[in-house]
Amino acid sequence: MNVKRTEELVLAQSEDIVRARQTVRAWMIREGFSLVDQTKMVTAASELARNAVDYGGGGVVLLEQLLEGARAGLRITFTDRGPGIPDLELAQTDGYSTGTGLGMGLGGSRRLVNEFTIASSPGQGTVVTITRWR
Amino acid sequence: MTTPSAGKWAKVLAEDKDAFLEHWLREQKAVISARPDLMVDSELRRESAEFLDLLLAAADEGAAADISAEPWAPSREYLAGISRSRAVQGFTPTETATFVFSLKQPAFALLQAKLKDEAVLLSEVWTFNVLVDKLGLYTTEIFLTSREDIIRRQQAEMLELSTPVVQLWEGILALPLIGTLDSERTQVIMEILLQSIVDRSSGVAIIDITGVPAVDTMVAQNLMKTVAAARLMGAQCIISGIRPQIAQTMVHLGVSFEGVVTTASLADALAHAFRLSNLHVSQAQSRS
Repeated sequence: MNVKRTEELVLAQSEDIVRARQTVRAWMIREGFSLVDQTKMVTAASELARNAVDYGGGGVVLLEQLLEGARAGLRITFTDRGPGIPDLELAQTDGYSTGTGLGMGLGGSRRLVNEFTIASSPGQGTVVTITRWR
Repeated sequence: MTTPSAGKWAKVLAEDKDAFLEHWLREQKAVISARPDLMVDSELRRESAEFLDLLLAAADEGAAADISAEPWAPSREYLAGISRSRAVQGFTPTETATFVFSLKQPAFALLQAKLKDEAVLLSEVWTFNVLVDKLGLYTTEIFLTSREDIIRRQQAEMLELSTPVVQLWEGILALPLIGTLDSERTQVIMEILLQSIVDRSSGVAIIDITGVPAVDTMVAQNLMKTVAAARLMGAQCIISGIRPQIAQTMVHLGVSFEGVVTTASLADALAHAFRLSNLHVSQAQSRS
């Protein structure tokens, strides 16, 4: 798998979520994704960026343009250094939230993308990676 | 920096004030701070002359290079005024700071011509240099603060501007939403909509999200809260402008506007609102 280009954004406050969304949208458009794919990826990115800001106390987003054989894709990695998630299974259950949200963000994001990985341990922060192939 | 000769530069400058002012104005125009498109010549001349007077007056009181000291207060205020007005007019920071920094060249030339003792000359040039640097930095600082104020004000204006509630029919309100629905704006939207429902005693409110680029769980939750609050006040809400890509995304995301009438277009929403209000729209019979 080839990484053709990368871009890193800082997530510190809610304005950064807007910026992350716009950047993801611009990348998806440049990669020639359909409007539905764009919207799905942007929505998933919005959820995960908000998680990093609200629960992870801020972090970074890494966008990577992928090329694997003939197919192109976009991989986005969200890294925060927050308290971490003790029970990943439970956190991805729809309707479960430790905050005041709907509790649909993690599970919903997983359904919006082709590949979804999450790694976390208490005190170490959380890393979520999503990939969408064209 | 207080040496026995401190302030001598001011005397030298004061003696040849008119010539110095001319030289300074030439310097300003030669660099970039004179922008004929933004500022007329006479205004620049007036500002320069007034500031020069304040500068010499402050130096007369024996103040050293500490510009935060009391004798410099009028000069500081005057500079702050200039910086602010230039920030508003659209000058660049460089152009604004040049107003002060361009004092150096004419001052050095004049001091060099008038002061024969090299030690005194060096000391005066240094004192003046330090002073101008501080005033220049101060100008830039004020300039940036003014820019930040402008940005903050514009943000506040956009919050207000982007949420108009329009009356489509008696008892039917529409709220066309445009842009991102972050939490602060949603709060404003909610308040405006609820207040309008009371003010115009409306029974139906249409929230149009055609202009919202992405609906994630937080946006959905905020919209549902607004709908629930409107319902408590006796108004029914219709959410319109659900585009195909938004609908697909919401299904995958797992959020739904359950219990709320949603439509693809504002026109469909208005038709539904007419039905709710027992209004019938029909084609008029032509008389011919």
